[in-house]
Amino acid sequence: MKKVLGAVCGASALLLSFPSMAETTLTIATVNNGDMIRMQGLTSEFTAKNPDITVKWVTLEENVLRQRVTTDIATKGGQFDVLTIGTYEVPIWAKKGWLVPLANLGADYDVADILPKIRDAVSVDGKLYAAPFYGESSMVMYRTDLFEKAGLKMPEKPTWDFVIDAAKKLTDKAGGVYGICLRGKAGWGENMAFLTAMSNSYGARWFDEKWQPQFNSPEWKTTLTTYVNLMKEAGPPGASSNGFNENLALFNAGKCGMWIDATVAASFVTNPKDSKVADKVGFALAPNTGLGKNANWLWAWSLAIPAGSKKSDAAEKFIAWATSKDYTKLVASKEGWANVPPGTRTSLYQNPDYLKVAPFAKPTLASIDAADPNKPTVKPVPYVGVQYAAIPEFQGIGTQVGQQFSAALAGSMTVDAALTAAQSATEREMKRAGYIK
Amino acid sequence: MARMATTRRVAVSTIGAWLAGFLIFFPILWMVLASFKTELEAFAIPPSFLFFHWTLENYATVQERSDYLHHAMNSIIIAGGSTLIALLIAIPAAWSMAFSPTKRTKDILLWMLSTKMMPPVGVLVPIYLIYKTFGLLDSRIGLVFILCLGNLPIVIWMLFTYFKEIPRDILEAARMDGATIGRELVYVLTPMAIPGLASTMLLNLILAWNEAFWTLNLSTLHAAPLTTFIASYSSPEGLFWAKLSAASTLAIAPILVLGWFSQKQLVRGLTFGAVK
Repeated sequence: MKKVLGAVCGASALLLSFPSMAETTLTIATVNNGDMIRMQGLTSEFTAKNPDITVKWVTLEENVLRQRVTTDIATKGGQFDVLTIGTYEVPIWAKKGWLVPLANLGADYDVADILPKIRDAVSVDGKLYAAPFYGESSMVMYRTDLFEKAGLKMPEKPTWDFVIDAAKKLTDKAGGVYGICLRGKAGWGENMAFLTAMSNSYGARWFDEKWQPQFNSPEWKTTLTTYVNLMKEAGPPGASSNGFNENLALFNAGKCGMWIDATVAASFVTNPKDSKVADKVGFALAPNTGLGKNANWLWAWSLAIPAGSKKSDAAEKFIAWATSKDYTKLVASKEGWANVPPGTRTSLYQNPDYLKVAPFAKPTLASIDAADPNKPTVKPVPYVGVQYAAIPEFQGIGTQVGQQFSAALAGSMTVDAALTAAQSATEREMKRAGYIK
Repeated sequence: MARMATTRRVAVSTIGAWLAGFLIFFPILWMVLASFKTELEAFAIPPSFLFFHWTLENYATVQERSDYLHHAMNSIIIAGGSTLIALLIAIPAAWSMAFSPTKRTKDILLWMLSTKMMPPVGVLVPIYLIYKTFGLLDSRIGLVFILCLGNLPIVIWMLFTYFKEIPRDILEAARMDGATIGRELVYVLTPMAIPGLASTMLLNLILAWNEAFWTLNLSTLHAAPLTTFIASYSSPEGLFWAKLSAASTLAIAPILVLGWFSQKQLVRGLTFGAVK
């Protein structure tokens, strides 16, 4: 009897103690970018401190991830506990109630240290809905040797007139060097990211205060005409199919005099392992036209928790770890300061060790500071976002417009025809979505 | 003279066939070559064909970062499972439609094919919700089921075409010789249907192996096959071609080898009934 009683007691004790021993498995959806891959490699540091949490990664290409995660969150599928999303999704998803506000990141997290522009971009009504993992803007990367040879000096804040003139002077088509490399591949996150940012510097906007599309405005005409003419004269052949990676390859091979793209490219073009021109690159702010806005964007890959997640405590713990100052120090100790995720914390840009190894740190910070998602362009707009309008319809509309502009660059369509097509496509979609009548 | 012309014609057509074959195979060859390059060389303009610094670094990185065997095993189970179930359903269906057709047989066949006319993304959300309700998300059985359903119309159509080619007189002759249904099936029909069955099976296996819409959208970790393994190496920001090529080479290797060994059956099956 005693034996039976003992066995029953033992079994009950085992059963009762089971929940406290239970492991929480976090499934994290992320993109295949260098900083994210590094984070995956360092996960063991997190699990060592939190032995009750196991971390599993789902890495996907950006557009695949967006579709996958959107389906899951819209249907409350519950497949992911932490999502990697951009500044475009955060305001839309937060307003739909799809994200959990991050209120328990810990006492030493120091939210105030997050760069104000980035913090704004991932907050809605003052609440943080995602924690930025790395932030980026765009800037001019240029070849110092070619500039010197041409007798040019890049100003810190160049104007479009200067950039256009320099691009023409640097172009040596016979020698395979093109004055400027810019995105031309169609897509809302491809050519439209660049062109929308460029249009802001020319005072154009996607919509007026009443959501009326503005592609029939003189500002858009100037933007697109300038872009197409510049690329015809000083751009590489086949530019209409070039995105970030294609231009990176061209720049690293020494084929571009200038390249205006994501600040995160700075670490690639200055890395001698990847670039033939690593020691000959200078940086400057994205160009302006004197209207008070530069042609640069703002983006942050951020970590968020889907609403309805049953593991939100563990998820928030992970997010707090991955986006903390300590994580930055951890990466620096393991892989050097040049490899820490950039663009999220003020303290990083005050760190002398980082400033020493990252010549692009100051222009990156200045570029991020120069972008304002709430006031992206000269005239007032009803939307949030610098190189996009944070409305669910934008992905579709942006890509349609991008196709027209890419066709204009390829020469299969005139600038006027592309703008007219963009205007009518946007009007149609906005009417369908009920923004305008 | 006639002999010479024939030899020349044979030579020309052989060279033509080799050229066409090389052209079709070139993207795969290029991918394999890129997998042995460094990221910088994979992007280099002009590209180097054979004279570059050969490295296994990409394969090492891929091995380190991903669990290839887990994904490969999932692919084998999902592609194999869906093919087997599809064949189990399709063989009797095609058999009855080929040998005992009714007035509606043609309509049924067309209706089945019409299910392939809708883009899968159109039913993604309903299917996702159904899978969520039945707990089939990220499960191998769920993927086997959806791929089986997706390929079933093609399998039935292919088998129907092969079975139609088998002359009914032979069956009747066998019956007249006193063969039972079992013997008729084993000794008369099976040998005649094997090339068709084999090629249908192989084609379905390849289709299921390469299917990248449902497998990406309905799997997360547990059931993720090689398509998600490849997708994890693509990135719009950063140099990734060499690693992506290494991942893709590893992903297509098993099915490529299988295709190579069974090409005789595949070609025989695909051309079965082409010449009357």
